[in-house]
Amino acid sequence: MGKTVLLIEDEPNIIEAIRFLLKREGWKVFTTSDGSIAVQEVRQRQPNLVILDVMLPGKSGYDILRELRQEFSADVLPVLMLTARGQSKDRDIATQAGVSRFMTKPFSNSEMIEAVRALSEK
Amino acid sequence: MSQLNLVIIVCLGYVLSLFLVAFFAERAAAQGRAGWLRSPIVYTLSLSIYCTAWTFYGAVGNAARSGLEYLTIYIGPTIVMFGWWWLLRKLVRIGRTQRITSLADLVSARFGKSNALAIGLTILAVIGTTPYIALQLQSVTQSFEVFAVAEFGQRGENSAQTGFWVALGLGLFTVLFGTRNLDVNERHHGVVMAIAVEAVVKLTALLAVGIFVVWGLAGGLTETLARIDASELGRWDVRPGRWAGLTLLAAAAFMCLPRMFQVLVVENEDEGHLRTASWAFPLYLMLMSLFVVPIAVLGLESMPAGSNPDMFVLSVPLSQGQNGLAIFSFLGGFSSATSMVIVAAIALSTMVSNHIVMPIWLHSTGSGASFSGDVRDVVILARRLSILGVLFLGYLYFRVSGGGTALTTIGLVSFAGITQVLPILIGGIFWRGATRIGALSGLAVGSAIWLYTSFLPSIGSGFAFFEALQSDGLWGMSWLRTDALFGIEGMDPILHTLLWSLSLSTITFLIVSLITFPSPLERLQGAQFVNIFQHTAGPRGWSGGTAQSEDLMVMAQRILGANEAVALFEREARMQGATGSLPETNPEFLERLERELSGSVGAATAHAMVGQIVGGMQVSVHDLMAVADETAQMMEYSSKLEAQSDELTRTARKLREANTKLTRLSVQKDAFLSQISHELRTPMTSVRAFSEILRDTSELSQEDHTRYASIIHDEAIRLTRLLDDLLDLSVLENGQVTLNRCDGWLYELLDRAAATAQGAGSAQDLDIRRTKSDEEVWLSTDLDRLTQVFINLIGNAHKYCDGDPPKMWIRVSQDADQVILEFADNGSGIAPESRELVFEKFARVADQKAGGAGLGLAICRQIVRSLGGEIRYVSSDTGAVFQMNLPVTLRFS
Repeated sequence: MGKTVLLIEDEPNIIEAIRFLLKREGWKVFTTSDGSIAVQEVRQRQPNLVILDVMLPGKSGYDILRELRQEFSADVLPVLMLTARGQSKDRDIATQAGVSRFMTKPFSNSEMIEAVRALSEK
Repeated sequence: MSQLNLVIIVCLGYVLSLFLVAFFAERAAAQGRAGWLRSPIVYTLSLSIYCTAWTFYGAVGNAARSGLEYLTIYIGPTIVMFGWWWLLRKLVRIGRTQRITSLADLVSARFGKSNALAIGLTILAVIGTTPYIALQLQSVTQSFEVFAVAEFGQRGENSAQTGFWVALGLGLFTVLFGTRNLDVNERHHGVVMAIAVEAVVKLTALLAVGIFVVWGLAGGLTETLARIDASELGRWDVRPGRWAGLTLLAAAAFMCLPRMFQVLVVENEDEGHLRTASWAFPLYLMLMSLFVVPIAVLGLESMPAGSNPDMFVLSVPLSQGQNGLAIFSFLGGFSSATSMVIVAAIALSTMVSNHIVMPIWLHSTGSGASFSGDVRDVVILARRLSILGVLFLGYLYFRVSGGGTALTTIGLVSFAGITQVLPILIGGIFWRGATRIGALSGLAVGSAIWLYTSFLPSIGSGFAFFEALQSDGLWGMSWLRTDALFGIEGMDPILHTLLWSLSLSTITFLIVSLITFPSPLERLQGAQFVNIFQHTAGPRGWSGGTAQSEDLMVMAQRILGANEAVALFEREARMQGATGSLPETNPEFLERLERELSGSVGAATAHAMVGQIVGGMQVSVHDLMAVADETAQMMEYSSKLEAQSDELTRTARKLREANTKLTRLSVQKDAFLSQISHELRTPMTSVRAFSEILRDTSELSQEDHTRYASIIHDEAIRLTRLLDDLLDLSVLENGQVTLNRCDGWLYELLDRAAATAQGAGSAQDLDIRRTKSDEEVWLSTDLDRLTQVFINLIGNAHKYCDGDPPKMWIRVSQDADQVILEFADNGSGIAPESRELVFEKFARVADQKAGGAGLGLAICRQIVRSLGGEIRYVSSDTGAVFQMNLPVTLRFS
């Protein structure tokens, strides 16, 4: 298997929860909470999936996504975006930036697992 | 046919011919063929109304009684015409430029359109002229009697009746020719022409009698001179005081008499006529006086003792059987009387109707001053009634005084009365400092003295009251005797009156003028009158024709617009039957043009503009004031509009601002809600995730289990605290916070805050450095809230200070009733770009490691503000420094 995911998130507790869930699914989880180095991390780790928070210190999730999409297409690198704001305009912005899937916090664990599975099967 | 009847018939025929003269002159003037009417000779002859029946008959009588004294009456006007022509020229210029209609009008205009002055002068003029009119009636009546006596050998019993009919006839003539139309300039071509004819008649009549007397009766010039030398007349001594007084009186009267003002100024067509009149009129006077002495001397010789010398001009030829000459002479006297009465009645009626009747009528009807046809009718009616009223007054005086006084005396009383105008007239046109109050006072004083010392005694010695006044003075006070004021006795009565009235009125006028201040209108009018020659160009002739029309066209185009102006002028030209597109500038056209223009620029302005172009009329101060009024109204209106527009602009701007503010608030609200959502959802995400893990995962280790449960617990607390902060902030921001003032020491609060902040934190211990002695400040404020602020500040340092080891200094100082606290740490501080933001809600600075919604400092600032202080971030090299100042004692506002 050896599927890898890069989780870009700044809340320690959320990182821990997602790490727990995905590990159980057999993912190898890398994390970073600094938006400014997130793109660099992706290049370095070459993950199969990126989970990206919107509100990050250093750089916003949308900006990171736009930069990623210049290098990696949605086929190559699915990006699951998480946001705590949950307004429809956030979803629009994310879609335009090339997001693969969009989830609003708080989410249920099954929802998260289902989304990750769907994205990795593509 | 009897002699008397012949006289009456001749008289009626003469009057009829005068009617015709006046009628044709009037018609010629109306048809514009009046050039010959406006000759300087006609003007000069019209001045001859100065020579009334008093001069015609009375001069001979006077000469018979007082020798050469009669000459003073001619010397006065001669001096004025020769020496004071510049004064007359000034009067004429003022009269023309200011459109003066009478003496009262001139004086009142000079003193700021004073109604009181105009009324006072009018009354004075009426009182002063009434004896004079009576005098004319008396002379005509007496001259009829001369024929009656000659025929029936006795006095006619119906002298009163004769006087009445004469007065009525003169009244009708004056009404017919004096009020035919209302000319703005008050010029009466017909009347002027008629009196010019009469002037010729009376001069030739007197000359004819004189020639008859010298060559027919005395038998030649040498013979006559010898007789004069032989008579008493040659030996009468000249009294210098009386001569000077009478000369002055005649000179003053020449200028001030209403009828003289009428012909001199109002009826004047051209200033240049004065030049001719200045030599021609003295010549006329000289001719009039030429044969006075011979007639008097030979009359005294040839007539029986006791016969009236006033009638020698008539009775001498009659007694010599020269009936034709006598009738001619009668016509001369009749001419003198009638011309004077007619002009005097016109002048007085103008004053009475303009200054008394019209103001009362306008006031009582409450109508505006618009000169509609309705008002014209009223004005004409007022004129006619005034004329009849004036003549009736004259008749009344004639009846009351009973003809008992010699003609000359009545004339002098009249002269003296009107002379009272002289000080204010001269002062008004030469002295800018003259004021209305001064003029009124001077006139009042002069008139009062004249009434008391001259007019009342003249009414008759038949009244006991007047006799008592004369001998004992008013209320028995001898210094108030009518002929010896202030105890100065032995003066000639007329000189006495003149001396006291003129000197006292002049002094009063001067003093009161000096101590009172003129109104703005008075000032302007004063300047206009005094400096009339600087303000006005020389007299302009009537240029007429198309040049004026073109000027008017140019002006009308500017105001009405080109198309409308052209249309108006063409329409007018068609109506006049003119060939071109420019109409003649006749009065009807000018009136309509003025009306058109006034719709755009206001009546006064239109009048002034048309007047300026047509007829060389100068724009008077009154016109300018009216123009200014109109302009002010327009400006007021336009400034009102401007104000309204400004207001609209302001309202629009306010609305825009409010809208912007609302939009900004809406954006802020969205951002705030978005922030809240984020701050709530983030802990809830952890709570949900871990609670599901706990629920769904059976094989969890005890350690993980405990750990996940405590995460859930911590996040729940974080949520609670967030909600608490939000509510707190909301209350503080709305100002609804209830402050609870207590007393306590500052160090106690800091102790408590430090303990709480340290206890809550999980990070490395913060080393807090304090100076206890500085902290001994007794506070009276909301201690709990203040402690909350301290906890927050210390807690922030606790959480964020990255010094190694983390340290904090709390420094306290006092300034008046303020305490100043500084919280400084040794961390890396806050990045300059974020310093502005730290007090904003949800402002979390980048790189911060600990949680927290970012409401803490926002709450701190609200609390400090509500306690009357301020908190700010102080830039520093060493770390974060928060400084706050706070009143020691909280004052509730």
